[in-house]
Amino acid sequence: MAKVLVKGNEAIAQAAINAGCMCYFGYPITPQSEIGEYMGAHLPEMGRTFITAESELASINMVIGAGTTGTKAMTSSSSCGIALMQEAISAMCCAEVPGVIVSVMRGGPGLGNIAPAQNDYFQAVKGGGNGDYKTIVLSPSTVQEAIDLTYRAFHIAIKYRNPVMLLADGILGQMMEPAEFGEYPFDDPDTSSWALNGADNRPARNIVSLHMPEGAMEQLTDRLFEKYEQIAKEETTSESFMIDDAKLVLTAFGSVGRIAKAAAIKARENGMKVGVFRPVTLFPFPDKDLHEVAKKADMILDLEMNKGQMLLDVRSAVFGACPVEFFGRTAGGLLTPDLIYQKIEEVYKKIETKTKAGVV
Amino acid sequence: MGDMSVIISGFGGQGALFAGILLCHAAVVEGKHTTWFPAYGAEMRGGAVHCAVNISDSEVPSPIIDKADAVIALNDLSQIKFENKVKPGGFMIINSSLSHVETTRDDIEYIKIPLNELALKLTQPAFVNVMALGAFIEKTGILKLESIKTVMKEMAKTVSAKKAALLPNNLECVEYGAKIIKDCLMVR
Repeated sequence: MAKVLVKGNEAIAQAAINAGCMCYFGYPITPQSEIGEYMGAHLPEMGRTFITAESELASINMVIGAGTTGTKAMTSSSSCGIALMQEAISAMCCAEVPGVIVSVMRGGPGLGNIAPAQNDYFQAVKGGGNGDYKTIVLSPSTVQEAIDLTYRAFHIAIKYRNPVMLLADGILGQMMEPAEFGEYPFDDPDTSSWALNGADNRPARNIVSLHMPEGAMEQLTDRLFEKYEQIAKEETTSESFMIDDAKLVLTAFGSVGRIAKAAAIKARENGMKVGVFRPVTLFPFPDKDLHEVAKKADMILDLEMNKGQMLLDVRSAVFGACPVEFFGRTAGGLLTPDLIYQKIEEVYKKIETKTKAGVV
Repeated sequence: MGDMSVIISGFGGQGALFAGILLCHAAVVEGKHTTWFPAYGAEMRGGAVHCAVNISDSEVPSPIIDKADAVIALNDLSQIKFENKVKPGGFMIINSSLSHVETTRDDIEYIKIPLNELALKLTQPAFVNVMALGAFIEKTGILKLESIKTVMKEMAKTVSAKKAALLPNNLECVEYGAKIIKDCLMVR
């Protein structure tokens, strides 16, 4: 298939359709409204379900309804809309209901603004819902990767019976670039052993998030965390760019992960050994890989369009193997290649000073 | 041909964003890498809009442009806002029909074209955005004019009959934009 010029939001929507998404429920919000528009234009004519819900609460609860029947379903929203879905996401994790949630981040807190930002890392990865749970979070940096990760999101949601969040931002949602829609590459597992598909000729089932008998909730949580361990083993993904001999490694996710590459290329041209480490899965976070990178590097510079959220996971993964610096802007303040480059020059001097002084 | 970054700016309704999309489509036709990033927001007809376009033989890491090789300013506000966004040695196409603002730099080239007058004289309805695009392509040689025309013809097949009827006008405008630059170069 040839490459086509496509907008990030529309690419996600088309990829969801290709992945077999049968139901879309959503409420419009900038900067992701094109996802709903696209679904509205295409799903009904394919005989699939499209509903403009009355609120984000309704959207995510409709996703739960569809998910309990083993049907592939999706909702999408942005920052303050995703905030409203947190209770339901916690319930999905507890009841093991699959579903895909697309979050195209904008500036916050509060209603914030509609500019690109990455200030919902905590919201996505740590969650605002109650209890011990994990949402799988995938973070695309290009339109092509948005397509590929949307495919993957639908597959692993069913595979692990867990909500999967695709975490993009206003840059990726609004930008266009050439990308290729390959075929959905996965074989999804059979859902008939658990899906609510009518109890004719079989014992009744229920899918609930309330577990009152003594010990039941702890037992369930233990099992969920064994599942999260398995997810970490099988799904953890990251991208390394020019890091083999890098003294300074930039860590960044999503759009910033690609912008950082432009700065790293310029730094290399100017004799500085700089590379980029980009987590593709934010949960599971590639902590072992990052720790190995940190052991070889002299310093890590974490870059985010927020005030330092992934930074906590970066520090935890590095675990003292090398110093970690942070540079970020938020709520519409963009990290541009030049701004990142200036910061690289600044922190690289610290590395050179140390080297000269014989400090390792 | 290497890399090229351009910011296209105007007021809402002039087609600055659409000109950028055409450019990217043409880049795809030629198998190049490209990105388009709009200033999105609560824009309305008459408000300021712009987009940043990269065209390259290799993968484009950043859709965000600090300094562009070129700026196309379709009105006076765009000229003021983006004059300092041009790299030294770069150039700026200014729509002198709608901008009489003094230029302030001596390290970039200014190409002033009275796009509205020329376009209206040529055909009606006329399109200053694609005329500017024709001039940009002729000036840089980053893409073939033929690729833009191919894209326009393909697009015309996917839009309403009313819009498709405007294809000849669009083609005329983009060709004329290129001709303006070609003729200027010959005079020099």
